Amino acid sequence: MSLTKTEKAIIMSIWDKMSVQADAIGTETLERLFSSYLQTKTYFPHFDLHPGSPQLRAHGSKVVAALGDAVKNLDNMEVALTRLSELHAYILRVDPVNFKLLSHCLLVTLAAHFPADFTADVHAAWDKFMSIVSSILTEKYR
Amino acid sequence: MVLSSDDKANVKAVWSKIGSHGAEYGAEALARMFLSFPTTKTYFHHFDLSPGSAQVKAHGKKVADALTNAANHLDDLPNALSALSDLHAHKLRVDPVNFKFLSHCLLVTLAAHHSAELTPAAHASLDKFLATVSTVLTSKYR
Repeated sequence: MSLTKTEKAIIMSIWDKMSVQADAIGTETLERLFSSYLQTKTYFPHFDLHPGSPQLRAHGSKVVAALGDAVKNLDNMEVALTRLSELHAYILRVDPVNFKLLSHCLLVTLAAHFPADFTADVHAAWDKFMSIVSSILTEKYR
Repeated sequence: MVLSSDDKANVKAVWSKIGSHGAEYGAEALARMFLSFPTTKTYFHHFDLSPGSAQVKAHGKKVADALTNAANHLDDLPNALSALSDLHAHKLRVDPVNFKFLSHCLLVTLAAHHSAELTPAAHASLDKFLATVSTVLTSKYR
């Protein structure tokens, strides 16, 4: 699976809008994740997961920043995400099913923040992008 | 996900034990799949799916031959499976979830017939092989 030119352009243009509210979007994505899919909380026993928690905000920020790295390196995402890929493979070991859940919550958050921009095409491009990122992050698991 | 040299050795070793039984195992795996995962039958409205069906036997042989081809080209799966990849993307459009069901049934079939060969390590290598094949076959979907 690879991104077409059109998809890359779409991804970058939404990123430009997102990056201005990166923290809010990251935090909201995680809040949605933890309220809809309670089992995802098991990866964060060391966190205060209440809405407004500074840890939640910091982590949301991290996640969106990492996505930003991927966006800035669309032609070379495997390389850009090598460190994160190893982190997820050897230390975090997040079950792959959870990447779909996080991706879903991010897309819902984007749709909520950018209703006019989040057309079907944009939705599909971002879903593909998140799918590729998730693959990369789980590819060293075994 | 990359097949290590151990993985490749394990796949080849199991395959050589399968010998001429490929078609038989392919048919059995399909029969198991249609029983355990009835939703998979929706892709075969045009088949007689009753036990012993000649169509299922023929299809089992097709699947086995394709996997044998893959096992003989472990260093170049995307190329070896290119035509099948196109077929699945543009015509068959089998939902990716079903590849996991078929892979599972193939492993069960192999374990039933070759319990000595299917050690945990061999099982893991085969599972990885089938997962890689599945990824290649769904790589052109979008």
